Amino acid sequence: MAHWQHRLAERGVDRQLWLLVPALVFVIALFLYPFFYGLTLSFQPTDGGPFSDYARFFSDSYERGTIWITLRIALPAALLNVLAAVPIAYRMRGRFRGKRLVTTLLVVPITLGTVLTAQGLLNFLGPTGWFNRILLAANLVDEPVRLTHNYWGVFFSLVITGFPFAFLLVLSYLSGIDPTLERAAATLGADWRRRFTRITLPLLMPGLATTFCLTFVLAFSVFPSAVLVGNPAGETRVISLAAYQAAYEQYDYPYASAIAMIMGFVELVIIALVLAARSRFYTGSTGGKG
Amino acid sequence: MATITRTRPSPPPATTDRRRRITARPAAWIVWGVVIFFFLNLLGVVASVLVSSFGQRWFDTWLPDGYTTSWYGRAWDEFALLQVIVVTLEVSVLVVGLSLLIGVPAAYVLARRSFPGKRLIFLVFLLPILMPPITYGIPLATVLYKFGLAGNMSGVVLANLVPSVPFVILTMTPFIEQIDPRIESAARMCGAGLRTVFLRVLTPLLVPGILASAILVLVRTVGMFELTFLTAGPDSQTLVVALYYSMSASGIRAQQSVDAMAVIYTSMMLVLLVVALRYVNPTQLVAQVKEDPEH
Repeated sequence: MAHWQHRLAERGVDRQLWLLVPALVFVIALFLYPFFYGLTLSFQPTDGGPFSDYARFFSDSYERGTIWITLRIALPAALLNVLAAVPIAYRMRGRFRGKRLVTTLLVVPITLGTVLTAQGLLNFLGPTGWFNRILLAANLVDEPVRLTHNYWGVFFSLVITGFPFAFLLVLSYLSGIDPTLERAAATLGADWRRRFTRITLPLLMPGLATTFCLTFVLAFSVFPSAVLVGNPAGETRVISLAAYQAAYEQYDYPYASAIAMIMGFVELVIIALVLAARSRFYTGSTGGKG
Repeated sequence: MATITRTRPSPPPATTDRRRRITARPAAWIVWGVVIFFFLNLLGVVASVLVSSFGQRWFDTWLPDGYTTSWYGRAWDEFALLQVIVVTLEVSVLVVGLSLLIGVPAAYVLARRSFPGKRLIFLVFLLPILMPPITYGIPLATVLYKFGLAGNMSGVVLANLVPSVPFVILTMTPFIEQIDPRIESAARMCGAGLRTVFLRVLTPLLVPGILASAILVLVRTVGMFELTFLTAGPDSQTLVVALYYSMSASGIRAQQSVDAMAVIYTSMMLVLLVVALRYVNPTQLVAQVKEDPEH
């Protein structure tokens, strides 16, 4: 009795691990169990064989197209958010007057929420909104540009909600890079471009990959704004909308679970690709931590 | 000295130095220009909602015909906002409290100990954050409905815990790693049990971290749409969900009262965020660094 307890304690297993139990019970009961429940449900369609709901999704071009539509919105939006965050965060490093103010200003859009963003985009970018009025008044266009109730409306709402988040993360990773490394390179005669591409960027790459993944998750699960500022029947019928309709409009839970599984699978494939690319870069400490 | 000159990259000629100045300056200007353009448009987006929520009638003109505050009163009555806000607060407080109770001990073990299967457990805690809420939300809502737990407060709270507990674990781990383990060893040497160490030694030291993750979970929960949307019943809607319904049913209600409601929601979030920023330095969320590393 005491013998195996001792052996386990040597490998790090002892009573303290009980502290993990509530969290494990929670994650098993509320995440893993529902997930596997959904997975088995998706193989028990109301009619047909175990894979018929998957076949139904992939044989219907209207349904299958939602994957492509979602990726076409989410990938560019996430990419833009991360890429735009890098130069801005690069300028925000170090100390300067008003840094806290600018950071706060860049973070505040997080509070806007989907609905205010949607209402604002409809008001501001709509055919009679200020944006089109300014363009018309400046004679840049002859008739109002259509920017709402289509792809662009959803895209803009993803940029507004996603950019502050991406910026915060990139700034945080960037301030974790030891500035003395760049100073050392400068004394060796590297110009700013060389310093950026040879030192900062490689060190930042893992952080950028993480940021991209998290922003992509946000953009990929776009749902309310696809309805509110998009065109939910056509151009912006994203996959979460298809899953929602199957579950709560047709009450076909097996089919809805199948769509949810496909959605999770596609998303995890993209994340796995990004993380696999990330592992090809330097993954050690960036000098700032510890 | 000779070896250094041999290995270093060829010294830049004088022209590079001049070009650097020319390219660096416009780059800075472009960056700030883009930032300002983004902000101007954002300002337009926010201001158009704000102006509209105070406007009497606003059709094809630059500004509304007249101004009134009546939309706020109307939104307050029409959407039973008091009840909705009370529900939102109840849900958020419950989610924050429970996720701290479950998450902090787990974060402690994951930060301090190494044991077989730790990486697997960590991955399991990471997954709810990496998955879109709809993906696990639909099966979760189905399960909760099966047990009669959805359609009311308990369903909303349980569903919102799914991303919150892992979030607490992930944000607390670096805070715990910063505490010197020798403090705990000293307490144990003096005869303190695990419970005493936790309550008398660790918790006071962890207060800043606990506050930080509590506020972040609070902001997330107030803003979480999908999970609440999938599990809420008629009297367990939070503010975001009520707003969504009021907006997607537009045409029935005046647009201005939806605008007014959106302004109420955003001011609430803004207060939360300003409070949060007092406790959390936003640049230190993922890497705990000193502002000026001394090297």
